[in-house]
Amino acid sequence: MNDHLDRIDVAQRIWPEPDILPLEVVGLGFEAGGRHLLSGVRLRFEAGVRTFVIGPNGAGKSLLLRLCHGLLEPSAGTIVWNGNPGAQHRRRQGMVFQHPMLLRRTVLGNVTYALKVHGIRGRANRERAFEMLHETGLEALARSPARVLSGGEQRRLALARAWSLEPRVLFLDEPTASLDPAGTVAVEDIMLRISESGTKLVVASHDLAQVRRLADEVVFLHQGRLLEQSPKGRFFAAPVSAEGKAFIEGRLSW
Amino acid sequence: MNDFSNAIAVAWELVIGLDADLVEIVVLSLEISLSAVFIATLVALPLGAAVAVFRFPGRGACIVLLNALMGLPPVAVGLLIYLLLSRAGPLGEHGLLYTPAAMVIAQAVLVVPIIAALAQQVLSELYGEYEEQLRSLGVSSARAIPTLLWDGRFSLLIAVLAGFGRASAEVGAVIIVGGNINHLTRVMTTTIALETSKGNLAMALGLGLILVLIVVLVNALTVVVRSGASRLQGR
Repeated sequence: MNDHLDRIDVAQRIWPEPDILPLEVVGLGFEAGGRHLLSGVRLRFEAGVRTFVIGPNGAGKSLLLRLCHGLLEPSAGTIVWNGNPGAQHRRRQGMVFQHPMLLRRTVLGNVTYALKVHGIRGRANRERAFEMLHETGLEALARSPARVLSGGEQRRLALARAWSLEPRVLFLDEPTASLDPAGTVAVEDIMLRISESGTKLVVASHDLAQVRRLADEVVFLHQGRLLEQSPKGRFFAAPVSAEGKAFIEGRLSW
Repeated sequence: MNDFSNAIAVAWELVIGLDADLVEIVVLSLEISLSAVFIATLVALPLGAAVAVFRFPGRGACIVLLNALMGLPPVAVGLLIYLLLSRAGPLGEHGLLYTPAAMVIAQAVLVVPIIAALAQQVLSELYGEYEEQLRSLGVSSARAIPTLLWDGRFSLLIAVLAGFGRASAEVGAVIIVGGNINHLTRVMTTTIALETSKGNLAMALGLGLILVLIVVLVNALTVVVRSGASRLQGR
């Protein structure tokens, strides 16, 4: 618990302006092609805890993250950042996609671009970009085209780019999907350091071992419905829903 | 056959000897085509990018129109520009008819749809890749345009080269609005047509050789551009 409080302290030092957390999702629904992909989701993301959104394929994990990030408009319900309905705070929250989209630029160029978009230019821009590449072990590849990087390096670059903007909240969609064990460890190490720097992580994941390693809190979705939001220990020890229990035991398909 | 061999030999001498008339025609042709392509690029790239990025009613029709205009008949464009620039036309007071400026306008009109349509295709594909990430970073559609133009610059350069190929090889429009006046508006294509009709095959062949050389160079340049893109952008 002290670990959570430390992260909140760090966050308060970095972001002196009014916090955008907690993030509340009220009655959230999303419909496409006549199908209800997400219905009646109600949850609250607090500062200081690493939240993992889990569930089988098609449960609505990525969709929930995209809706919270503001890339999609919900069909029903509202998303409220710290009591402020309608605000998106795009500059204070980021997202890293399952298949990171890297610009047709160098590794360095991908980070400097994001910083420039957020008004950080000149020397401060380059220094911050190099700092992030150093943090993610990509400094030696700074001048390489981003698109020739390996899958693991591309994930790290996407994290470096997102982290460089010091987001208050970072949504990560399957950040280690299809990575080898070494690549997974490297990405998870960066995720931990981002979290320790005070950024709230909301992560969609299939990987229960990763959830056990990194999560503080679990949000369990099944067929577009929220079935549980509980601390990791409680979820794994005594899941409330039968679906949650079946998912942990590997018996739940979509 | 003998006449043909002689014509080739004389043509070769004209080219190698940098014949003054030939050089004048080649330089004027390049000036006109490069100016036209430069102006067309300034119009066509933002136009293509805007159609690629913005969603508006009639966008589909706009894309169909741009693609259709790629095949504009040069003589029809020449006639239209002629009507606009002739003394009785709305722009007649500027006295542009039968000047290089009129030829630049005609070629630019022909080239704008080519560059714009190709740019739209290139940038639509690129925006499809980039859109979600750019929106995630808080980049508006309007602000995405310079990003797309920069990141798509190699493909766009190929579109511009295609426009230059069209402009430099075009004859129908420039002969109508330029009049093929010696030492004033005579360019390679119109001279080839004229000299061939007069039976002066040497000059026609000499210019033909240079025109083919330009086309080959433009194509070689596209290969170099593709290779540069692959090296610098990793694709």
